[in-house]
Amino acid sequence: MAKLHSSINEVYLSPRARSALEPSLTDQDQIRNFCIIAHIDHGKSTLADRMLQLTGIVEDRQMRAQYLDRMDIERERGITIKSQAVRLPWELDNKTFALNMIDTPGHVDFTYEVSRSLAACEGAVLLVDAAQGIEAQTLANLYLAMENDLEIIPVLNKIDLPAAQTEKYAEELANLIGGSPDDCLRVSGKTGVGVEELLDRIVQRVPAPTGDINAPARAMIFDSVYDSYRGVVTYVRMIDGRLSSREQIQMMSTRAVHELLEIGVISPEPVVTKGLAAGEVGYLITGVKDVRLSKVGDTVTTKDKPAKLSLKGYAEPKPMVFSGIYPIDGSDYPNLREALDKLRLSDASLVYEPETSAALGFGFRCGFLGLLHLEIITERLEREFNLSLIATAPSVVYQVTREDNTEFIVTNPSEFPEGKIKVVKEPIVKATILSPKDYVGTIMDLCQTRRGTMIDMQYLGEDRVQLRYQLPLAEIVFDFFDQLKSKTQGYGSLDYEEAGYLPGDLVKVDLLLQGEKVDAFSSIVHKDKAYGHGTKITSKLRELIPRQQFEVPIQAAVGSRIIARESVRAVRKDVLAKCYGGDISRKRKLLEKQKEGKKRMKMVGRVEVPQDAFIKALSSDETSGTEKKK
Amino acid sequence: MSASLPLGLPWPESNLIPPRFDDLKTFHAYVHIPFCEFRCGYCDFNTYTAKEIGGLSQSSFHESLITEIDASAKILENSGYQKRSLSTLFFGGGTPSLFTSNQIEQIMTSLKGHYGFLPDIEITLEANPESASPKYLEQLAAVGVNRISLGVQSFDPKVLATLERVHDPDKVGPILKAAAELGLESSLDLIYGAPNESLDSWRKTVEIAASMGTGHVSAYSLIVEPGTKLARQIKVGELPETDDDLDAEKFEIADQVFQANGLPWYEVANWGKPSKHNHAYWGSADWWGFGPGAHSHLSGNRFWNTKHPLSYQKQLANGSPVAGIEYIDARTNLEERLMLELRTSTGIPLKVLAELGIIKSTIDPFVLDGSLKIENENLAVTAAGRLFVDRIVLQLLTN
Ligand SMILES: Nc1nc2c(ncn2[C@@H]2O[C@H](COP(=O)(O)OP(=O)(O)OP(=O)(O)O)[C@@H](O)[C@H]2O)c(=O)[nH]1
Ligand SMILES: C[S@@+](CC[C@H](N)C(=O)[O-])C[C@H]1O[C@@H](n2cnc3c(N)ncnc32)[C@H](O)[C@@H]1O
Ligand code: SF4
Ligand SMILES: [Mg+2]
Repeated sequence: MAKLHSSINEVYLSPRARSALEPSLTDQDQIRNFCIIAHIDHGKSTLADRMLQLTGIVEDRQMRAQYLDRMDIERERGITIKSQAVRLPWELDNKTFALNMIDTPGHVDFTYEVSRSLAACEGAVLLVDAAQGIEAQTLANLYLAMENDLEIIPVLNKIDLPAAQTEKYAEELANLIGGSPDDCLRVSGKTGVGVEELLDRIVQRVPAPTGDINAPARAMIFDSVYDSYRGVVTYVRMIDGRLSSREQIQMMSTRAVHELLEIGVISPEPVVTKGLAAGEVGYLITGVKDVRLSKVGDTVTTKDKPAKLSLKGYAEPKPMVFSGIYPIDGSDYPNLREALDKLRLSDASLVYEPETSAALGFGFRCGFLGLLHLEIITERLEREFNLSLIATAPSVVYQVTREDNTEFIVTNPSEFPEGKIKVVKEPIVKATILSPKDYVGTIMDLCQTRRGTMIDMQYLGEDRVQLRYQLPLAEIVFDFFDQLKSKTQGYGSLDYEEAGYLPGDLVKVDLLLQGEKVDAFSSIVHKDKAYGHGTKITSKLRELIPRQQFEVPIQAAVGSRIIARESVRAVRKDVLAKCYGGDISRKRKLLEKQKEGKKRMKMVGRVEVPQDAFIKALSSDETSGTEKKK
Repeated sequence: MSASLPLGLPWPESNLIPPRFDDLKTFHAYVHIPFCEFRCGYCDFNTYTAKEIGGLSQSSFHESLITEIDASAKILENSGYQKRSLSTLFFGGGTPSLFTSNQIEQIMTSLKGHYGFLPDIEITLEANPESASPKYLEQLAAVGVNRISLGVQSFDPKVLATLERVHDPDKVGPILKAAAELGLESSLDLIYGAPNESLDSWRKTVEIAASMGTGHVSAYSLIVEPGTKLARQIKVGELPETDDDLDAEKFEIADQVFQANGLPWYEVANWGKPSKHNHAYWGSADWWGFGPGAHSHLSGNRFWNTKHPLSYQKQLANGSPVAGIEYIDARTNLEERLMLELRTSTGIPLKVLAELGIIKSTIDPFVLDGSLKIENENLAVTAAGRLFVDRIVLQLLTN
């Protein structure tokens, strides 16, 4: 990262537009709206950096890598989680343009962010890492862009890398979207090479918006974010007409009227404007405090001259995995509720409802878009709200029908109904896996053990293969991706989409500590895997649970049948019997450390269970539980 | 003395450490002699095997210690401490028996001059059997040392070899006999749990120790300290790992044998006639620790010297050799008391628990399961609870 900056300075970068066009007074034919889409880590945000610099809206000395990744968690993990829209001035053939660029996330959990951004654009820069080639989210995002009728501009990035295979991948890209390999621009987001040409190409190729400037205002909400200082900030793409500050606006779905307190564009900080007009992208502030009152997908119009027809909205993101979130200290429950309420203000995809666990007390069953989303939300809850939490192993949603025809929707394995079961249906996904051809066999084995059915297989280039599988979501949600990565030396990539429900031969495996069922450890697995699962979880817990003053038997059971057992032997001694002389401070520091450690323990009955055991026990990560026990 | 020093605040520029608590405690001195002939494989104490380090020599190192003693007296006086005579004095190491009795005497003279000795002062010197001849003991007795603590560790030559101890276990008997004849009290240090030490070997060690007529025994469980040769040997598989369960059994064996031989248990690692000096540590009394890496406690001021003898000497010449100081507040003081006093057979006054806000319902489960008992307004561990003190303290403070 540090090196990045010095190399930028080696290239001459200067703003090309002498004056920016004034928002709300810009002709639509001078506007270009595009987003940057790619597989994760192919360099979208870094390319966006160069655009910010080249167009002069961020000065060199204020530049930092991935400027638009503003959240701490984005910066720490080096990934984009939220889309960011920025207005850039650009000049071509003595004509000034306003470009709206949207940097999007690449991770599959945040695909819904991409689809929202696409609806605000007429074009998409499809970025491909020239050292990696086409990967699963390249395809997924390309298809999304095509469904939205966007002009696709293919671009190979990172051509500065010694490992770049520019020609080969240009050909692959051409095969994929048609046209010649020469149509594919070659850039480096790192050095800035080719970025000017790219901006020119965007002006030339992306169609200008064609809204009706005289029609009643219609603006599509594509993002809505809660900000503790400013309340809800709503990002819109103006389709028709115009909005001006101090106007009364109306949400078309609810007919709710709000005063427009502030309107503006992001460039790359908020810039207040007089208004926004058809074709433009910008933000609105109305003083509402809850994003649900300014909902993504809704259409904004004015109270005085309301539009008749609202714009087509977006499908709401649907949670794919559920996990129970519990405070370690039960008295934190109200704080957890408050924290979730606050987080939901900026993340409408987060859903939750209260639940109770015999083992863990009061908590919430939360729905997430995927495991990364789960990880990020729990991390933000802990960090931003100073909570110490337990997350139970993620589960998908099952549809269970009993012999008596009562139906159950099971988001929590411990709520799996008792009694005779007629059928259990589980969610299925259609997975697309891309990989060099050498790994096809390995991938097929992996999908096989995960109960997959192959749909088809197809070559995308001379050695790149696309495999499509139908797989139970439960089989891939947890560690499938890690397995895929390690079995393909990092070359395999995965994308998936929902594909309905199918019956499966599924059973609930319970876990018992000291003979008592611990609901938080229950899981639903395929019948043939129950034994393996039981053995794995009991032996993992034997490693994870520290020795207590008494023996702790651990058993796994299906119904009343015990399928695996282990035990944690009682500890016989827990006292430091060394001569420490007068060094009391050292001994006290040790005690302080133990106190901290204890905060990460949850009492389950009489047994102290480490906070992370609830996830680790069910993960296949072999390195977990390395703490040695004798 | 420990491998790494805790982080603390810098020594105050004022050079003052006023008392932080009202009650006046007894006053004690610890003198650290940071030299050994040979570094034992398991040891991470602050000790050095060179005779000369830079410009520093073992034979004149007592002069630095005396410089610190002179300075300490001024600091205590200026800080407003009442003048108190010493209740105990402990020469520890390292191997204090590498100092000549003359060096010991000069240190004692300085301490006595500045502070004075109480009539029943306990003056202990840690000695290794190989450097503690009857003749040397006689010289020590002559300069006023009245208690000898002998680093025996084991009577099993195989265990001694694992521990890399260089002494001959047969020398221990005669040394103790000589000590007794000179009127010196004595104590033995033992270590249990060395790799490959069998239960039998340990039983023999404690039986021999108990039969030697000493009035006091310390038995420590071997701690594999990071960075030691022992840790490396275990890591590469040259030696087997230590085993906590076996250690527990060895503790019980030791306890059984010592108690049967008139050495009552009084602290996690100690049996016999209690050492007054140890009680100063456990009872949060006041002591000044002289020498490199030594720790002091004076009425809520805990501080420790820089570890290396050379930098100790240099810093002493320019001012204070203290590497860090910590100011103990009332709450921390109470927690320390719980942590230390619950290790002893006397236990901790219920009053202290009340002040800590530890309520009856937190204590009761331990009384019920038989690990704690209440006697004479004190809470103390039972025979069953002794080996769980650290866990019990943690639970009392966090439940
Ligand atoms: N050598 C080289 N490295 C690049 C280039 N562009 C990006 N990178 C590096 O690739 C990594 C990923 O870059 P990002 O810009 O964060 O990628 P992204 O596509 O925005 O990633 P997500 O938002 O998480 O999907 C970073 O380490 C960048 O420094 C390039 O042109 N050349
Ligand atoms: C201050 S030390 C050194 C005294 C003296 N030099 C000797 O070794 O005999 C006092 C005692 O601590 C014990 N000891 C030293 N290192 C230890 C370790 N790693 N684990 C347990 N006890 C230890 C030994 O019993 C030793 O006698
Ligand atoms: S003699 Fe004592 S202080 Fe010296 S190295 Fe051995 S155990 Fe450590
Ligand atoms: Mg990014």
